[in-house]
Amino acid sequence: MAEKRFGKISGINGNMVAVEFNDYVIQNEVAFVVHNEERLKSEVIRVRGNQAELQVYEDTKELRVGEKVEFTDDLLSVELGPGLLGQIFDGLQNPLPQLAEQCGFFLKRGVYLEALPDEAKWEFSPSMKKGTKVRAGDKLGMVKEEIFDHWIMVPFGLDGELYVESIVARGKYSLKAPIAKLKDAHGKIHNAAMQQIWPVKIPITAYAEKLKPSKTLVTKIRIIDTLIPVSLGGTYCVPGPFGSGKTVLQQLISKHAEVDIVVIAACGERAGEVVETLRTFPELMDPRTNRPLMERTVIICNTSSMPVAARESSVYTAVTIAEYYRQMGLNVLLLADSTSRWAQAMREMSGRLEEIPGEEAFPAYLETRIASFYERAGIVRLNNNSIGSVTIGGTVSPAGGNFEEPVTQATLKVVGAFQGLSRDRSNARKYPAIDPLESWSKYKSFIDEKEISRAKNVLRKSHEVNQMMKVVGEEGTSLDDFIIYLKGEFLDDVYLQQNAFDEVDAATIEERQRYIFHVIYKILEAEFNFGNKDDARRFFLGLRQKFIEWNSIEFKTDEFFKKEREIKDEVIKSKGRE
Amino acid sequence: MQKVYNRIIQISGNVVTVEAKDIGYRDLAEISSRRGKSLAQVIRIDGEKVYLQVFAGSRGVSTGDKIRFLGHAMRISFTDNLLGRIFNGAGLPRDNGPVLTENMIEIGGPPVNPAKRIIPSRMVRTGIPMIDVFNSLVESQKLPIFSVPGEPYNEVLARIAMQAEVDLIILGGMGLKYDDYLFFRDTLNEHGSLSRSIFFVHTASDPTVECLLVPDISLAVAEQFALQGKRVLVLLTDMTNFSDALKEISITMEQIPSNRGYPGDLYSQLASRYEKAVDFDTAGSITILAVTTMPGDDVTHPVPDNTGYITEGQFYLRNKSIEPFGSLSRLKQQVNGKTRKDHRTVMDRMIQLFADYRSTLEKQSMGFQMSEWDKKLLKYGRSFETRMMDLSVNIPLEKALDLGWQIMAESFEPFEVGAKSELIDEFWPKK
Repeated sequence: MAEKRFGKISGINGNMVAVEFNDYVIQNEVAFVVHNEERLKSEVIRVRGNQAELQVYEDTKELRVGEKVEFTDDLLSVELGPGLLGQIFDGLQNPLPQLAEQCGFFLKRGVYLEALPDEAKWEFSPSMKKGTKVRAGDKLGMVKEEIFDHWIMVPFGLDGELYVESIVARGKYSLKAPIAKLKDAHGKIHNAAMQQIWPVKIPITAYAEKLKPSKTLVTKIRIIDTLIPVSLGGTYCVPGPFGSGKTVLQQLISKHAEVDIVVIAACGERAGEVVETLRTFPELMDPRTNRPLMERTVIICNTSSMPVAARESSVYTAVTIAEYYRQMGLNVLLLADSTSRWAQAMREMSGRLEEIPGEEAFPAYLETRIASFYERAGIVRLNNNSIGSVTIGGTVSPAGGNFEEPVTQATLKVVGAFQGLSRDRSNARKYPAIDPLESWSKYKSFIDEKEISRAKNVLRKSHEVNQMMKVVGEEGTSLDDFIIYLKGEFLDDVYLQQNAFDEVDAATIEERQRYIFHVIYKILEAEFNFGNKDDARRFFLGLRQKFIEWNSIEFKTDEFFKKEREIKDEVIKSKGRE
Repeated sequence: MQKVYNRIIQISGNVVTVEAKDIGYRDLAEISSRRGKSLAQVIRIDGEKVYLQVFAGSRGVSTGDKIRFLGHAMRISFTDNLLGRIFNGAGLPRDNGPVLTENMIEIGGPPVNPAKRIIPSRMVRTGIPMIDVFNSLVESQKLPIFSVPGEPYNEVLARIAMQAEVDLIILGGMGLKYDDYLFFRDTLNEHGSLSRSIFFVHTASDPTVECLLVPDISLAVAEQFALQGKRVLVLLTDMTNFSDALKEISITMEQIPSNRGYPGDLYSQLASRYEKAVDFDTAGSITILAVTTMPGDDVTHPVPDNTGYITEGQFYLRNKSIEPFGSLSRLKQQVNGKTRKDHRTVMDRMIQLFADYRSTLEKQSMGFQMSEWDKKLLKYGRSFETRMMDLSVNIPLEKALDLGWQIMAESFEPFEVGAKSELIDEFWPKK
């Protein structure tokens, strides 16, 4: 260990301090600004001559020129190990409930707690024998965390092939206690513990290969799964103006998505929304496992009033935790709300560094940062051939609801699906307010592609007829066009829209989506003979009412089939009419 | 530990730069110039150069003026003596009362730990049907009124302040017109609410920069009262003036502007204030109602736009009434299921019918034929506008719900409004 290095503050501007140093500094290493009793965490973000510029993860009030700064040699890192699930951390992985116990109502600056408590003991069962050849990321054994087998792995940072020199027997150990000794090619011995430390800004790559995302991630939101699907290991973004329902949509997905683990990064958004998640999730049950949702969730919470620099690091903290669980062969979904706030945090820092700005004062490296963040998603084959994935979904809050702004555009370049929310739809209370015509996805749905493209066609034509009707009125529209318009509206009303407050309708499983989509598809393709527009309207309004009722009936119950028959009878009746 | 310096080396906009040593970031200083004394705050330190934002403006400051550093950041006295008092933007008395110096607290304190917040659950009744029925205000909510200049937003604030069942009202005025300030004072006085109010008022004639302190002072005081278990309502008018003052300082400091001249951290700046709205676990609450005037009625302007992303909904004030579309209280679902069982139905059905009325109006203006249904809608819509939307209507929620049924019954048959028959049986006015 090198001797401790120190520096002195020479300038303060917002949350950036300039520090003079004598020795050397490492780019992005963590340093502590020492102010009286307080030690404020910060990170080196630029070095010029013998002056380093640090972003401080705390309020810089009362700091003075000349105060001591202590460099640590370490990059900003997180603790990885059993006990992360169900936790609520801030952007620097401080556990918030424990902070509240210690400091009360407010987040006192300079107080940092261990993410994973030392004293906790976990029952470890080894699965490797002495003398086995291993690589970074290989499973040494496991502990039980909630319902999961939590793998204890060879530290991700070790190079090449290693031999298990010794491994402990089954029993209870604390997180930092060495559980195995590993010998590398040079004969050097490395200790492995249940806990690992990993720098957040560096992806974990201890896997055999990255695969192409191909399996649909079922979110149980019909418009997404059918029209704009996301694959396991894929990426998507949800841009939308305020009030269009971004956060509600993220909350629904975090509840219903068919994945093993959900990591929520509440980045620079309202505290109230996080509170809702953290007060309701412990009580809500995951229908797949019958355990509280909280047990499969990790929340990283850096709300808008918390320090800006920590907001920047919060998305990295979140994605690192997601990657860690992926290494155990699990499917992880990371929801980042909102990536615009993260980009703004970069902009604030870039402004203080007086870098030459790009568009709307965002730094020139905005695009590469966004791209490398989303690139950490993926589905991978691990060394033992298990498959694990990280799927990333980020909301974007474009200024003025205008998708032409830099963050939205940079994000669209790298993601695999775009679920654009529209204010028109949310004003009309059509939820989820995803625009079915503007949005796109490069992934495949589980529903037949041909049928989807015909359905989309109906939507598009219906939209055109609707636009035309605004000019020429209903009188000036032909009956055929009018029927297409009604079909489009019907599809929208009964399938694309979903009532989040209805227990059954809020989440539609894959099988049910296939089932009802097929019924709707038949209706869209059917030829009707209506006498006039009023007949047509009456028919579709009636059908809509029945369908909406059908949507809130439990799948495959007697009542469900009864309603289905009613709907089919109605359709047959009206097709036969001359 | 007070130090006096007199080496001002730069004056630019309302920022002066002085050479000084061992100064804390964000500390206060007092500049004595020929125009009197003014407070200033450290906004940047670069070696020995200390940049001060002068609250009373730099006009008349000489390079030889004395600057005395106070050795602490901005503070405000917190005692029960604050009640009924009126202060200016720097926290000094505007009435003729004494200066308060006991129990000084820091302003702009640390954020609340999200783990200590609870889900809000109490409705704040205002007597305005457009709020109570359609977008209920909830204790601990942060909600702005988006409005073009000239709309009666201050009247709305004053009315809510008088009727809201809260323990304490704090008014933070930024760039408030002098007559508006007098209006607030007199209205609250007439209704006997002044004794439970505290004013921090920066008027339009005061130096611009001074308004920067108003939200922080108001909210710091509110926070202390809330921690004592009080339910506090904070009124902030107008946050656009606050944002403009931020813009002025950031441009003077040669920061690169992000959007229409506003600094890149506008979102964080606004959020750190609005997020003070809170319902404390085991203590009181802070509810924030703010006014954001929209230059040119443009909701995509950076100030209303950033605000909308921070706050829990918004009220649009247009043509002297609260617009039902666009206005939104994100927290209403927390309370409107517990008021009266027809609340949500009346809210949904009336708005839906009103939306239909608006599209009928459009059709009418384009000269399309009016059907029987259209005529019913027209009758309903006009009635809704005059009897519900008009801001002079002042009735409790239950009366407003009854009125809603009444208005619907005058224009429609029961089956036409699409409410559940069980509710129709109970609430539809009998002829």
